[in-house]
Amino acid sequence: MKPAAFAYLKPENLAEALQFVADNADDGKLLAGGQSLVPAMNFRLARPETLIDISGLEALDGVNDRPEALSIGALTRHATFHKPVSDGALGRLLVKVVGHIAHYPIRQRGTFGGSLCHADPAAEWCLVATALDATMRLESSGDARDVPAEAFFRGSFTTALEPNEILTRITIPKLPDATGTGFVEFARRKGDFALAMALTTLHLEGNTIRSARVGLGGVADRALRMTEIEAALVGKPATPETFVTAGQMARDQISPRGDIHGSAEYRRDLGGALLERALAEAAEEARGAVST
Amino acid sequence: MSDRHDITLRVNGATHHVNVEPRYSLADTLRDACGLTGTHLGCEHGVCGACTVLIDGRATRSCLVFAVQVEGSEIETVEGLAEPDGTLHPLQQAFWEHHGLQCGFCTPGFLMLALGALRENPDMDDEELRDLIASNLCRCTGYQNILTAVRAAADMMRAKAQPAPNP
Repeated sequence: MKPAAFAYLKPENLAEALQFVADNADDGKLLAGGQSLVPAMNFRLARPETLIDISGLEALDGVNDRPEALSIGALTRHATFHKPVSDGALGRLLVKVVGHIAHYPIRQRGTFGGSLCHADPAAEWCLVATALDATMRLESSGDARDVPAEAFFRGSFTTALEPNEILTRITIPKLPDATGTGFVEFARRKGDFALAMALTTLHLEGNTIRSARVGLGGVADRALRMTEIEAALVGKPATPETFVTAGQMARDQISPRGDIHGSAEYRRDLGGALLERALAEAAEEARGAVST
Repeated sequence: MSDRHDITLRVNGATHHVNVEPRYSLADTLRDACGLTGTHLGCEHGVCGACTVLIDGRATRSCLVFAVQVEGSEIETVEGLAEPDGTLHPLQQAFWEHHGLQCGFCTPGFLMLALGALRENPDMDDEELRDLIASNLCRCTGYQNILTAVRAAADMMRAKAQPAPNP
């Protein structure tokens, strides 16, 4: 359980890091928190010739709380979100989500951007980015581009990031005041990879749904945003019956793969059930947000 | 390609000059180069938590960090817990008194995990403590005694942190 030998580069700043990734585009690998990469190296599933350690680049660490959006540095540690990073629904939602990410010591070191670039289909931040329309800032030497989440994630462990690029910041639009949020995940043991998870937001007028976001994770090769279900929810009352119907739509629309942790049928049913619960949670929060 | 690096590590307040390959984990380096064998290696892929140490105060799996990465950081290991005269740290005392260990292999990891988390939040409730100690694997004591020990240690640490009452 020791990694293969590699050369180690520690850039002093982003410009140097971009130069290093350009110079090592064939066989180099970025090291951020290392909580997924290093286990893969210890198993020798990953054998990079060169590691470019960006974990010390302070410019990429930290959250910028802007009026319309959160701008999250790619190297912001998961543990930063243990407390709300901003007032309002989005900050609260991120607190709900972060407790499901692995265990406490992993959250102390693992990074937000590293998780997105790893693109595990069961990763919580990937679902957050997909469901909430995050935008990824990808920089290379002398160039930069903004890629929306739906174009960034391309499949299991596969993203739009080119070998000469670094994900530097993630922008997530703020949610309107009085938005209720729900996040529900099921794993066999606390801290395990999720078998499935659901993320929802609801905006209510009285008890009528005015807008909704629905995302599912762990049930496909990437996180899914369920736009048909979102459209079907608008105008409906926020009642258990509505949520059951939405859960059934989800069961009809997803085709998860089975593995030793759960059969395909089980995961399909789980995805629908978790969505029902997440919608109920969001509705309850939305009602509380309106009444306060 | 197998270049070696001369690095300086700060461990429990002492300075260690070591020569490492980049691929040496912090855990292996602590044990083999610094002679600090209190940090144990179980799974070597971040699951068991036996190798947990504090890096700049954060409880971290030292099998998932390379020694070359932590030059300039303050590292704390289980060897730094007790006082120089041998007086046990409240966490060590509590694990002893409440039978929080049996074979003891996982114990250094649990102690450092609890230390890092209690410094961040000295007032964790039982649910938070259960959530926390689920981070590490223990295969013989059972978690109930570890929970009891960490809770007792938290009480002792809070009492110590408060100024003595006026006579």
